[in-house]
Amino acid sequence: MTPDLLEQGARRVQAHMEALAAHKGQTESGGRTAGFGRVASQGEVDVTHGRILYLEDVHVSFDGFKAINGLSLDIAPGELRCIIGPNGAGKTTMMDIITGKTRPDTGTVFFGSTIDLLRYKESEIAQLGIGRKFQKPTVFEQLSVFENLELALKTDKGVKASMFFKLDSAQRDRLADILHTIHLADSVGRLAGNLSHGQKQWLEIGMLLMQDPKLLLLDEPVAGMTDEETERTAELFLSLKGKHSLMVVEHDMSFIRTISDIVTVLCDGSVLAQGTLDQVQADERVIEVYLGR
Amino acid sequence: MSNITLPTPQPLLTRTGWVAWLAALMVLCALVPALNLLVPAGSALHLSDFAVALTAKIMCYAICALAMGLIWGYTGILSLGHGLFFALGGYAMGMYLMRQIGLDGNYKSNLPDFMVFLDWKELPWHWALSGSFGATLFLVIAVPGLVAFVFGYFAFRSRIKGVYFSIITQAMTFAAMLLFFRNETGFGGNNGFTDFKRILDIPIATTSMRMTLFVMTSVTLLVFFLLARWLVGSKFGRVLQAVRDAESRVMFSGYSTLGYKLTIWTISAMMCGVAGALYVPQVGIINPSEMSPANSIEIAIWAAVGGRATLIGPIVGAFIVNGAKSWLTVTYPEFWLYFLGALFIGVTLFLPDGVVGLIKKLKGGKA
Repeated sequence: MTPDLLEQGARRVQAHMEALAAHKGQTESGGRTAGFGRVASQGEVDVTHGRILYLEDVHVSFDGFKAINGLSLDIAPGELRCIIGPNGAGKTTMMDIITGKTRPDTGTVFFGSTIDLLRYKESEIAQLGIGRKFQKPTVFEQLSVFENLELALKTDKGVKASMFFKLDSAQRDRLADILHTIHLADSVGRLAGNLSHGQKQWLEIGMLLMQDPKLLLLDEPVAGMTDEETERTAELFLSLKGKHSLMVVEHDMSFIRTISDIVTVLCDGSVLAQGTLDQVQADERVIEVYLGR
Repeated sequence: MSNITLPTPQPLLTRTGWVAWLAALMVLCALVPALNLLVPAGSALHLSDFAVALTAKIMCYAICALAMGLIWGYTGILSLGHGLFFALGGYAMGMYLMRQIGLDGNYKSNLPDFMVFLDWKELPWHWALSGSFGATLFLVIAVPGLVAFVFGYFAFRSRIKGVYFSIITQAMTFAAMLLFFRNETGFGGNNGFTDFKRILDIPIATTSMRMTLFVMTSVTLLVFFLLARWLVGSKFGRVLQAVRDAESRVMFSGYSTLGYKLTIWTISAMMCGVAGALYVPQVGIINPSEMSPANSIEIAIWAAVGGRATLIGPIVGAFIVNGAKSWLTVTYPEFWLYFLGALFIGVTLFLPDGVVGLIKKLKGGKA
């Protein structure tokens, strides 16, 4: 920004302040605060520009292998986006980048229009409101279902706060709600390690919901689930759509058909095609690299 | 809607637990002193001074084992350097005890004998606080705590895990041992500190002083047990177990695991420091061999034998292994190391949850 512009800006603010003082409480904009631009508050996700997640021209290479190669992608608030792509397309690496596990070599990753995710650590990104489910269900096997959910609960996660933590009644209600949502109400006291594979997947999704994230990244959420469990998961995701933004990586096409609006196809670390499932399935390039027909 | 019963928080100890805890307190602080001091030496009920001293020593080890249970059993971080923290606490106390010798040393000097021998004229800077008992109590906790904090901060920040972490803790205690062996560091070289005379100006070699130290060790062990119990029973403790099971999940749940690991690591080191400080006046010597890698490995063995993922397990393990050690080293001295090796292999292969785990399993099988 040039000194000229800075000066102009300063003059405008000064003029406005004088006008405010002259009218005593009556502003130019009829009682509303004047629009200098919104005040960005720390940690708050600004989605007024219609995008909750924004990746542009991201590159990552591991020992010369370009895992992500010029990836640009954006997701709207409340959207449920499905990501498909052949093995090695960079789907998991993309999630690693968004959640702070991997740092890109170059590129921009924003959460809302103000939060630069590349400046934060994994735990901070989780607190900002991005939840992630791993490809392999990852729960705390030696803790009970209840304790797993309790740990994930959105609250102060400092050391001291944890030492003196007590669940209050609102939090208990929330925990009970989620237990119903993930159909594990009967297993509340069981060790997570003793759950079936599908139940572990559900528990992990439940832990994500306890965090109350604005954006959920789900890596193969229905892998290893029975048909019935898959169906319930689809219902759950559709009910979350709108309230949360979801990014789902899946290989199960019938599952994707049930839940998807827009499908993004990744290949060799960048976006190959994007559209409805029918559109991408009709795309020549997609057929060539992915569907293999 | 919420017609499910959510589990309520567990109390610190169950009713039976409290009864057992109080019983242990009574036995150690009333029955043992009575049997040792009041029952005449000829009687069958008399507890010998040797038995009391041995129990006190093992209780110091048990505190270390408890500390190991917290860091290894609950957090999944195997430290092979806890002997260092034990020795640091011991050295802090030893420095005070050396100063308490006063003019009664061999050289009748105000300086500890080894300094006179080295022809030093005044106390080195790091002995500045050693004259004060209050400051010593502070250093006993602060020095191991600070060393652990600094070491842990860099190790955990660099995300050093698993066997790599164990190896560098081993290197840490080995390096410290070499440092303390040197005369110019001012810790008495390979002889360390010994020949203590007094503590708080009271002669140290009396029966009543020995019993006082015994009771203090007992109380410390029991209080540390409750502290550990509180720690692992809180959400903090569950986060530690979560770190052990799936650290990345903990991070993606919004916890900065560095702070958690560092906290429990430092607390664990401080507990070892206190154990060392109680140990030194009772055994009457501290030297760099306490920092030898083998000593630190033994602490891990106690925890493993007893059952590392419990709190009572490491304490039980310390008693079993050290009890066996004091018996075997007298009866079959040449077999002790074979026994120790066999014990560790046996426990790893057949009792992954230790003795306490085995008892739990047997009980569970019956019920």
